[in-house]
Amino acid sequence: MSHAATLPRVHEPHEAAGFFRTYLYATDHKTIAKQYLLLGLLMAVVGGFLSYAMRWQLAWPDTEVPGFGFVGPETYNALVTNHGTVMVFFVAMPILLGSFGNFLIPLMIGARDMAFPRLNALSFWLLALGSAVLCASFVVPGGAASAGWTGYPPLSAKAEYTGVHWGLTLWLLAHAIEFAAFLLGGVNFLTTIVTMRAPGLTVGRLPLLIWQLATASILFLLSVGPLIAGAVMLLMDRLVGTGFFLPERGGEPLLWQHLFWFFGHPEVYVVLLPALGASLEVYPVFARKPIFGYRLIVWATIVAGALSFIVWAHHMFVSGMDPRLAMPFSITTILISVPFALAVFTMIASLYRGSIALELPMLWALAFLAMFITGGLTGIFLGSAPSDIYLNGTYFVVAHFHYTLISAVIFGGFAGIYYWFPKMFGRMLGTRLGQLHFWSTLAFFNLTFFPLHWIGIAGMVRRIANPLQYDLVAPHQWINVFSTVSLLGLIAGQAVFFLNFFLSQFRGRPAPANPWQATTLEWTAPSPPPHGNWGAALPAVERGPYEYSVPGAAQDWLPQRAGAAVLGSRS
Amino acid sequence: MFLSWLPENVSSFGRDIDGIIALIWYVTLAWFVATMGTLLVFIVRYRRRPGRPAGYVKGDRWREAVWVLVPCVLVLVLDFWMDFKGAPVWAKVKIDVPQSDLHIKVTGKQFNWVVSYPGPDGTFDTADDKTFLDELHIPAGKPVRLTLGAQDVIHSFFLPNLRVKQDVLPGRAIPAWIDAMKPGTYELPCAALCGMGHSGMKATLVVHAAADWDTWVAAQWSGAKQ
Amino acid sequence: MSATTHAHATGAAERGKVAIWWFLASEIMLFGGLISSFVISRLGGGAQVDHGHLNVTVAAVNTFILLSSSYTMVEAFGCAERGDRRAMRLFLGLTVLGGLAFLGLKAYEYTGEILHGFTPWAGTFWSFYYTMTGLHALHVLIGVIANATLCVAARLGLERPYRVEVAGLYWHFVDIVWIFLFPLVYLS
Ligand code: HEA
Ligand code: HEA
Ligand code: CUA
Ligand SMILES: [Cu+2]
Repeated sequence: MSHAATLPRVHEPHEAAGFFRTYLYATDHKTIAKQYLLLGLLMAVVGGFLSYAMRWQLAWPDTEVPGFGFVGPETYNALVTNHGTVMVFFVAMPILLGSFGNFLIPLMIGARDMAFPRLNALSFWLLALGSAVLCASFVVPGGAASAGWTGYPPLSAKAEYTGVHWGLTLWLLAHAIEFAAFLLGGVNFLTTIVTMRAPGLTVGRLPLLIWQLATASILFLLSVGPLIAGAVMLLMDRLVGTGFFLPERGGEPLLWQHLFWFFGHPEVYVVLLPALGASLEVYPVFARKPIFGYRLIVWATIVAGALSFIVWAHHMFVSGMDPRLAMPFSITTILISVPFALAVFTMIASLYRGSIALELPMLWALAFLAMFITGGLTGIFLGSAPSDIYLNGTYFVVAHFHYTLISAVIFGGFAGIYYWFPKMFGRMLGTRLGQLHFWSTLAFFNLTFFPLHWIGIAGMVRRIANPLQYDLVAPHQWINVFSTVSLLGLIAGQAVFFLNFFLSQFRGRPAPANPWQATTLEWTAPSPPPHGNWGAALPAVERGPYEYSVPGAAQDWLPQRAGAAVLGSRS
Repeated sequence: MFLSWLPENVSSFGRDIDGIIALIWYVTLAWFVATMGTLLVFIVRYRRRPGRPAGYVKGDRWREAVWVLVPCVLVLVLDFWMDFKGAPVWAKVKIDVPQSDLHIKVTGKQFNWVVSYPGPDGTFDTADDKTFLDELHIPAGKPVRLTLGAQDVIHSFFLPNLRVKQDVLPGRAIPAWIDAMKPGTYELPCAALCGMGHSGMKATLVVHAAADWDTWVAAQWSGAKQ
Repeated sequence: MSATTHAHATGAAERGKVAIWWFLASEIMLFGGLISSFVISRLGGGAQVDHGHLNVTVAAVNTFILLSSSYTMVEAFGCAERGDRRAMRLFLGLTVLGGLAFLGLKAYEYTGEILHGFTPWAGTFWSFYYTMTGLHALHVLIGVIANATLCVAARLGLERPYRVEVAGLYWHFVDIVWIFLFPLVYLS
């Protein structure tokens, strides 16, 4: 069925487009979403490999790392720095914001594409350029950036402090490029959501994921400016010889920390919210009931987003800032547990009286919730200023943020991938390998990271290359070994995913338009959706997104799209 | 399960900090059990079974919403409780630096802790100052005033057994204080990434029993004017 | 066909305006971050303004030029709405000239300062001075390019009124940033 002829010439159909137009100069949001996904997965391999080298060094210090080589203290610092940078900026953001946002915003709001398709392509290619610059920084003379992913000056501001020249400068440039990419991307997302919703899709009927993506974009847009300013200043300190952050030239090192964390804290929610949103889409489908408290979740998101701008100094309790500032920031930080508690409670309540099928997307989404609660609760230990005196800079922090970040990137991310894979690629993702992937990830993730809480409490500090140098840590070295061995299992689990992902592209069962009998708009487009998504007429929306098991209805789900109930009835 | 991993505490305010950690541990543990428990119960209880349709519960009426709102109020109350308990401890450790006749400067540099004493005259930058590398000596049982600084990059002064941590910055002198109740030697790692020698940058804290302290001081300054 | 083109154009107008507002929100945070850093640094005792070596006269003239160019930009949009192409091109051209004049004078100022040894690394104030005014000048340059492009496009018959409006919003923003920078850097 070719609607191309009847489509208004908003976007040229590219039936017979060549390789170049299809893959490299693609402006279709779905293609761009796949590009983001592939880039993110590729960088996940890089980030995962760096973590492997790092953890090997921690378990068996100063031994040859198989497949990597010798890791000395200098290399170790470069590993930590780039592991953090790659994972947060080049894995989490591309997959959760870039890929999910691009794929789902137009499909869920009933648009044909993003508001600015060419700008969209530009965003992606900027990000690709940023990734390339970052990877290039690994191989320049002097080595890669090694001042931590937070890049605190003075360490990062002068080459003689780390011995790294170009590596760190390129690292900063890579950030600048990626910020530009997501800034343009965020503008595009928000404009699309505000101006291009299908008829009938009022704000109160938006799927919750759209709310989360919009909030995440706003958080990013409003927080990244100061860090861009900071990055410019740091670059000038390095290249021009200014002294913004160098005390001997009249500068102030803490200024960077304020600029970084003013962005950095909202940024962790930028990563979290899309994952939370993906899980929220999954629960009603596999519990066959509406989300509990749609409005409450929207409010929780907005309140948490707003609060995230006034908590940044909780990363700086012992940084040397005026100690009288600590308690106010501690209070706002701990207060953020209230909106998140609301979100968590509504998510749990959404299961109440459901009819829960533990299919793969649901398993990932439930694991997301469990892991996020764990990581969120450990955040409270850090949010309390007095207890952070002890815990700051220890592996307890490392454990905290891997529980939160990985709950988002891996568990939330995979919930989304497993759920939307049929729509994205037109085939079903294999369930046998999927089960293996899920259970091994859940088990090995916890085995890898849970013990790190203990070793952190025992006094192991972050970013050290050799734990055996510390009397307080050496007796607990078994934890490091245990964690590293578990990591090998975790990596093996991800290999299963990659296998499944590529096998299913070719061998997977062809996906029907709506394999999960879900209500939101994207499931009324063919799998995969054609260019322009909707054929001749835009969909019209007649109800909210989660109308499952409505009393008196003929079937247990009522699609958002007007007229689709007949079209998509049970097969 | 968490708390027993803490290294032995030997400072007076360490007990307060451990108390806060314990308080948070019990509060969060309770929530952990409550949320995970409910989650698991729901997953098991509401498993899909043929012939049992899901209920249409939207939670958009107050009568339903209270089920999540009331626990949120409880969260809020507990939040404030943790804040109220925490604030005095923070003030004690970080703001109200007590008086002491012993004043020591500790300066971080790549990759050592430089410790200087004012000597018998009690003032710095005089001839009887004495400087140690990676060794900090204090007497047990009394507060000691510290002035913390750095020469090059940011380091972090961390005494796990004393529950003290303070980042040190070049160009800044940060007042702090410590006390130790139990003689012994303790580890003083640097807790902030400071370059290639960060791993292994550590000093030793030697806490002398009150009786031995004078002997130690005398031994160090025996050459100087008596 | 003309009906679809029209619908498309109004849709584009709305999108353009919404987008520029989000973009400007982020720009506000960028300059806000920089300006607050400067203010905090001054309150902390660093970065004291070097009044003696700043050229307040040139800066005042520049302020006047930039404000006037905001006025011509408003006029350009008015003409665009009325469909008066010639006048619109004229006012766009004037706006471009205003921007260029601003940049020229700014370059003159920089040259004088650098010749007197007040380089970006001559102290915290000068570091902030060059970063803030330099970043602003970069924005002026982008605005000049955008307005010039619109002017040329109008000549080729490609103009759409909403584009002038969007460019205008950006241009006023650049102007407003200067209105913050001028007193902060030169007068206080
Ligand atoms: C997705 C990522 C993510 C998320 C969601 C969070 C969420 C939170 N984080 Fe985390 N954090 C990071 C990523 C994240 N963090 C990273 C990367 C770092 C380290 C950066 C670095 O230094 O390299 C960090 C570091 C960090 C610190 C600094 C530690 C230090 O360096 O000393 C602090 C301190 O306050 C903190 C606190 C919190 C809090 C309070 C939350 C809250 O949002 C959590 C809220 C959620 C809950 C609390 C759970 C649900 C609620 C209930 C079940 C109700 C019951 C609860 C109570 C009664 C409290 N985090
Ligand atoms: C999203 C962020 C993220 C992720 C996923 C990870 C994953 C891992 N991290 Fe990471 N880590 C950070 C962010 C992340 N980390 C940050 C910010 C720091 C701080 C850096 C600093 O201090 O400067 C850090 C620091 C850090 C340390 C502390 C080092 C130190 O202080 O000395 C350690 C040590 O064990 C560690 C280990 C690991 C391990 C074993 C994994 C394993 O989980 C890796 C196994 C994973 C894979 C092999 C790939 C998995 C696939 C994906 C991630 C994407 C696929 C997803 C979808 C398709 C949805 N990390
Ligand atoms: Cu000094 Cu780390
Ligand atoms: Cu934070």
